[in-house]
Amino acid sequence: MSELPIVEFRAVNKWYGRYHALVDVSETVQRGEVVVVCGPSGSGKSTFIRTINRLEPIDSGTILLDGRDIHRAVSDVDEFRSGIGFVFQQFNLFPHLNVLDNCMLAPMSVRKLGAAEAKDRVMTLLDRVGLAHKATAFPAELSGGQQQRVAIARALAMEPPLILFDEPTSALDPEMVGEVLTVIRDLAHRGMTLICVTHEMGFAREVADRILFMDHGAVLERATPSEFFRQPAHPRARQFLADIRSPFAPAMR
Amino acid sequence: MIDLLQNYWLYFLLGQYPEGPLGGLTLTILLSVSALLLASPVGLLLGLARVSQHRALRWPVTALIFVVRGSPLLMVIFWAYFFLPSVTGQQTDQFPTMLIALAIFNGAYLAEIVRAGIQALPRGQMESARALGLSYTTAMRRVILPQALRNSLPSLVNQLVTTIKETSLGYIIGLAEVSFIASQINIQVLTMPVQVYGVLALTYFVLCFGLSRIAYALERRLARRPISSGAPV
Repeated sequence: MSELPIVEFRAVNKWYGRYHALVDVSETVQRGEVVVVCGPSGSGKSTFIRTINRLEPIDSGTILLDGRDIHRAVSDVDEFRSGIGFVFQQFNLFPHLNVLDNCMLAPMSVRKLGAAEAKDRVMTLLDRVGLAHKATAFPAELSGGQQQRVAIARALAMEPPLILFDEPTSALDPEMVGEVLTVIRDLAHRGMTLICVTHEMGFAREVADRILFMDHGAVLERATPSEFFRQPAHPRARQFLADIRSPFAPAMR
Repeated sequence: MIDLLQNYWLYFLLGQYPEGPLGGLTLTILLSVSALLLASPVGLLLGLARVSQHRALRWPVTALIFVVRGSPLLMVIFWAYFFLPSVTGQQTDQFPTMLIALAIFNGAYLAEIVRAGIQALPRGQMESARALGLSYTTAMRRVILPQALRNSLPSLVNQLVTTIKETSLGYIIGLAEVSFIASQINIQVLTMPVQVYGVLALTYFVLCFGLSRIAYALERRLARRPISSGAPV
């Protein structure tokens, strides 16, 4: 196992016009780590995670992936992206393809796998997320939770060493959150490197090795879950935790 | 009326062929099919250029489309017929002239339909395709265009039906397509303009209605498979 961190941010800044979306972010994620990013909405969590596979450009600083500067003008952006799984809040399955074809598209056209091999791999993954019986269904025929599990299988089909989740359960009905989190927890237990933006604090406490708390584009706190939930160091983190524990309190103030 | 049909049906179908050049309904169908076959890829390529990230591609194509959409087809035909030879130094035949004019004119309209279809898709479709490592081209070809074209099918067909009708403007540069032939027949017969132009109208109707029905059947078949972005949120 290499000593290089799998992801390293060095003084990364990003602006949307005059809005400073990422403020001097320096952070490392080690191979095999499970990192949960939390914070109030508009805090830069999604921007943070989207810069890791260059869905968002950055304005200064460097982001290293296995030591490679991914935001330099490189031509192999597709190649490094294929090694990073990304799961979106809105699932973003391809509605014109069935579940199997959704998952087989990238392995076949990027990895040049044969149809039989790709299908074997995808069926194994669909089985792991409990949806092998939905292989020929179209996305519109699935519930939100099922769609998100297919999206996870689709990301895994590229066998990425790193997988990013951008609020994977925020668009789901409450009763479907559990099935998706169970799949993600299973990945964590298998030793995958995960970075997950989420508001599910119970999940964070149970699964995360480390929690990053962001607000106004900056990482204000990095702590183990037990430290973070017992004794958050930053006042804004304390406020955030208080707000999500008693959601009516801010309205009463 | 029976006499009219008996005397002129062959002329109506073929023009002066085989004694002279091919014309009539056959020429109209030939021109329509070639125009559809040529305008479709032109429209697709121009549409893709319209959504390109490269300004060097996007800007000139945008300008071209605005110019073409800002002028009547008759103008485009005149330009192709009178202006093109003054550049190339030789007279272009009516058929290729008309074909080029139709391909450019309808290509410009089809391009805007293609562009709208692409831009109407949620941004997440392109993002998730690229996040999987697909190149821009592959993402376009396998993810974006199949959805965009299917969604814009009604508008695309509408434009293609229009193309069939626009072949009649070949009349103006003396192309012996079916409208031209019909007016020749009318001049020879003199007494039956309603019947002559009635048959002509019916002919266009059958062509356009036929294409519409084929497209409608295609639409229905595609609609059986789910298409809307399908995220019940």
